Amino acid sequence: MTDTTHMAEAPPARARRGAATAAPAPAASAGPAPGGKPRSQQWTAWGFLAPVVIYLGVFYAYPLYRNIDLSLRDYTVRTFVQGGAPFTGVQNYSDVVQDPTFWPALLHTVIFTGVSLFFQYSIGLALAVFFVRHFPLSSVLRALFLVPWLLPLIVSASTWSWMLSSDSGVVNAALHTVGIGAVNWLTSPSWSLVSVIVANIWIGVPFNLVVLYSGLQTIPASLYEAAALDGANAWQRFWRITFPLLRPVSAITLLLGLVYTLKVFDIIWIMTKGGPGDSSTTLATWSYRLGFGNLLPQFGPGSAVGNLLVLIALVFGLLYVRVQRRQNAS
Amino acid sequence: MSSATASGLRPTHGATTRRPRNRVWWRTALGVLFTAAMLFPVYWMVNVSLTQDRNMRKSTPDLLPINGTLEGYRLVLDQQLPYLATSLFIGLGTVVLTVALAAPAGYALAKLRPRGGGLVSFLMLVAQMVPGIIMAMGFYAIYLNLGFMESVPGLIVADSTLAVPFGVLIFTAFMSGIPGELLQAAQIDGAGPVRTFWSIVLPMSRNAVVTVSLFAFLWSWSDFVFASTLDNGGTNQPITLGIYHYIGNNNQQWNAIMATAVVASVPAALILILAQRYIAAGVTSGAVKD
Repeated sequence: MTDTTHMAEAPPARARRGAATAAPAPAASAGPAPGGKPRSQQWTAWGFLAPVVIYLGVFYAYPLYRNIDLSLRDYTVRTFVQGGAPFTGVQNYSDVVQDPTFWPALLHTVIFTGVSLFFQYSIGLALAVFFVRHFPLSSVLRALFLVPWLLPLIVSASTWSWMLSSDSGVVNAALHTVGIGAVNWLTSPSWSLVSVIVANIWIGVPFNLVVLYSGLQTIPASLYEAAALDGANAWQRFWRITFPLLRPVSAITLLLGLVYTLKVFDIIWIMTKGGPGDSSTTLATWSYRLGFGNLLPQFGPGSAVGNLLVLIALVFGLLYVRVQRRQNAS
Repeated sequence: MSSATASGLRPTHGATTRRPRNRVWWRTALGVLFTAAMLFPVYWMVNVSLTQDRNMRKSTPDLLPINGTLEGYRLVLDQQLPYLATSLFIGLGTVVLTVALAAPAGYALAKLRPRGGGLVSFLMLVAQMVPGIIMAMGFYAIYLNLGFMESVPGLIVADSTLAVPFGVLIFTAFMSGIPGELLQAAQIDGAGPVRTFWSIVLPMSRNAVVTVSLFAFLWSWSDFVFASTLDNGGTNQPITLGIYHYIGNNNQQWNAIMATAVVASVPAALILILAQRYIAAGVTSGAVKD
């Protein structure tokens, strides 16, 4: 978000410059902030930061450590409670990768995430552009658009389940009126993944709309007016002004979307439980099914699948950080 | 963040290029159409919640709840109120914990520039990537040994992990937009960092506080992963489990299930409607931007 500032501010206004650089690096910017005390400011800063750092350690690092420990041992229900499970190294991981569910689950995760993100972002951006020009009722309608996002996932998922129900669902009834036969949305292996993706897109559009809309508002109207005076049409204004200036916000939106979509579990579990068979199983639902879905829990393999999911998420996280750094540098 | 500087680049043109009026009404019509399409599932939930059992399995469902019934809602009031109370309590606890942790951290990262701050921001990003199901399994192992299962504080802590990293990033982004001159002026007037944070940064970040609280509450209110792993079968179960058990036990009475779903949506909807003003006023609020 800040890189556009630096690009835009290069020529004019010295006062602005001072304001922008004073906070980031008092030591480097030589001029402003004469009374800066770097040493004590460090202590203050870490004082403000300490609670969250301790929190990260206790409530993130430790559960994650326990999870890695789970995946490296052969746990049974008894040893899970009492301890003393034998260390088996990467046995759980190799079991999991050789499991016939592994490749389908991975593929479904990729498809689910990719297709969801594409449609959530495109629809969200189109709506944001649509709503950014104020018209009568625009703020009311925009507020109403948020409803799918604020609904608890279990509410959305059970509503979609009922709408997509084979015999009494409204979707099949609508298809029937235009002459298309009933589709077993949730119970046929070829449609179950499509169904959960559709529901997930519906849930994710409002988030994209909100973030992109607020990003659009930081683009000054004067730019559009100048472009319009120069003869740019709406299409050109979108691709030459909106889209490039929105890129930092887009990156953040897509990253958050990726994060949230990779770990989507509730919707799929409630709608199809990953089935029928493995047809809508993703890594997240598979991990849950192994750990909690059966009478006999398999914590070792379950956490192994989960850790693989974390690894995948981490790869994208590092990619994001690189992209962001490059944006800031340019 | 560029509006202040970029608008200085060019003189502002007035409303000289406004479109004709009739275009505007066309947009409203289109907007209503989009919204109606988007909200159809919500309407359907309400419709089904009012439908009588005997009309539920008709091959062509009724589009309007003619001959509707409130039977579903009567069942909700009889059976689901304790779940709703638990969810409310857990949601508020999560909001307090999240803001208390994330706001100071955001201030430090945005304005105080601690050495190693970049690493903390990076860890926040990474923390957001950890799927809830992984956290749930780790928490499950820990809580089981500590005897922390089926407890409300335990669920508040677990739910807060959904929102704290997000909150830190939002606060950092928002507080970076607060002009440095303002904080320097406060410093010159003799305000210490805590006072600066409490009296200037936090009030100016009201919109960020509302945004983070909103997310924290809604994520906690909607949480199903932690509830189903850490609180399944306890006395203090949240509403998500109420619905989930309802679906399991009560597979035929969809009006009652959908009525529960409607009721579970009401508090969240209320909060969003009341807070919509703050969001509309903007993450890009005037105090920060221009």
